[in-house]
Amino acid sequence: MIALLLRDLRLAVRAGGGFGLGLAFFLIVVVLVPFGVGPESGLLSVIAPGVLWIGALLACLLSLDRIFALDWEDGSLDLLATAPVPLEGIVTVKALAHWLTTGLPLVLAAPALGILLSLPQGGYLWLVVSLALGTPALSVIGTFGAALTVGIKRGGLLLSLLVLPLYVPTLIFGAEVARRGAEGFEVMTPLLMLGGITFGALALLPFASAAVLRINLR
Amino acid sequence: MPDLGKYADAVLSSYALSLLLIFALVGWAVVRSRKARAALEETEQRIKNRG
Amino acid sequence: MSIWQYANPKKFMETTGPLLPWIGAASLTCIVTGLVWGFFFTPDDYRQGSTVKIIYLHVPSALMAINAWFMMLVASLIWLIRRHHVSALAAKAAAPVGATMTVIALITGAIWGQPMWGTWWAWDPRLTSFLVLFLFYLGYMALWGAIENDDTAADLTSILCLVGSVFAVLSRYAVNFWNQGLHQGASLSLDKEENVSDVFYYPLLVSIGGFILLFVFLVFLGTHTEIRARRTRALLARERMS
Repeated sequence: MIALLLRDLRLAVRAGGGFGLGLAFFLIVVVLVPFGVGPESGLLSVIAPGVLWIGALLACLLSLDRIFALDWEDGSLDLLATAPVPLEGIVTVKALAHWLTTGLPLVLAAPALGILLSLPQGGYLWLVVSLALGTPALSVIGTFGAALTVGIKRGGLLLSLLVLPLYVPTLIFGAEVARRGAEGFEVMTPLLMLGGITFGALALLPFASAAVLRINLR
Repeated sequence: MPDLGKYADAVLSSYALSLLLIFALVGWAVVRSRKARAALEETEQRIKNRG
Repeated sequence: MSIWQYANPKKFMETTGPLLPWIGAASLTCIVTGLVWGFFFTPDDYRQGSTVKIIYLHVPSALMAINAWFMMLVASLIWLIRRHHVSALAAKAAAPVGATMTVIALITGAIWGQPMWGTWWAWDPRLTSFLVLFLFYLGYMALWGAIENDDTAADLTSILCLVGSVFAVLSRYAVNFWNQGLHQGASLSLDKEENVSDVFYYPLLVSIGGFILLFVFLVFLGTHTEIRARRTRALLARERMS
């Protein structure tokens, strides 16, 4: 499983693997927002937590179809499915690899982009905490969506349609933590809910993803 | 016609839109059902004739 | 005799086929009675004026929007556990009906909200959850449409329905937490105190009964359509083979 993780990471970092693409997309979304809503820093600092969360979410979405598509095309997914490792484990490793290559860079880049949107002083800590806690859920849910659409040609749009509604609770609680943090309110309740969603998804969704993959590989 | 007062537009438009949607849904279902039935009968007939 | 014998497509068609016109007629009668009664023969509410009449469309459609998803969930579970094709096809047939009901509930709600709350749309928990529910319907139907193999499509959509149900409930609570709402509490509940008053209550019940029958009618009709379409495809495939 560790070998699989390393392989996925290497493939992602190699040229054309899509590593950095999500990050660049995140940067562009955040840069475009002030053009859309105007440059007043008062307004920007109010919407900054939400914009950063939505940007991270969309950047996550962008790289989802890569999770299984390449392995599906060259047939290595069939090999992985017949490997002695349970498919649930493979799915979890895939999600972890996606998070390490997409989610983690987003978390680390978010504070820098927060400056661009004049995020209030106190907001940085909670923004990073909420993204660090929430992005794994995005990866795991996204892996489920990618597993659902793996056999479909040009399934990218369908993937977004399937995955985005599933992102709603994560986005609500994540953005709520960041917003309350920025405005200096207590953040414990949404933070706990966000953690609950992440760990719940982490514990249960790999089974659904593996079941879906088995159906698709039939 | 009952007197709907100043909300006549709201009430009438919501009835009109809803009924329109329901009719569209039922019409779509009926048309699809007819098509499926016709396609099945045609195919069965053809197979029987060749059969 | 058990309910599972209706899992046989032939038996299902034979039993429900003759019933279909009756269910359709009963549904039409109930909806017309409920709406005419509600529209012409109920007084205006002292606060809402005549907009109260929208309730005869709004509440039944909202009720069916949620229960259609619930029915799809049960049908999906039956398909996953017992592999009855009729069940999977019934879930497929229910989705467009549920989606339309969601749209009707949203539209009537918006039209009612405009004069009452002074806005077409508010990010109120109930409204927002309905919008999310609508997105779930869209995704579900899109997935059905995208997969060619019937059994694979049934399996995948069933699992999506299960996972989606969990997330739909989660969204409901998340949205509740996110914004306190304008929407009033339940119009119908076992707790008599909260209910709408009797003048509005009985035509509403008739209308709800009509919508339920309409749903049953459309699901049966859609399931028949799907069974026939699948049989046609099977025959064509066999023809090509020989």
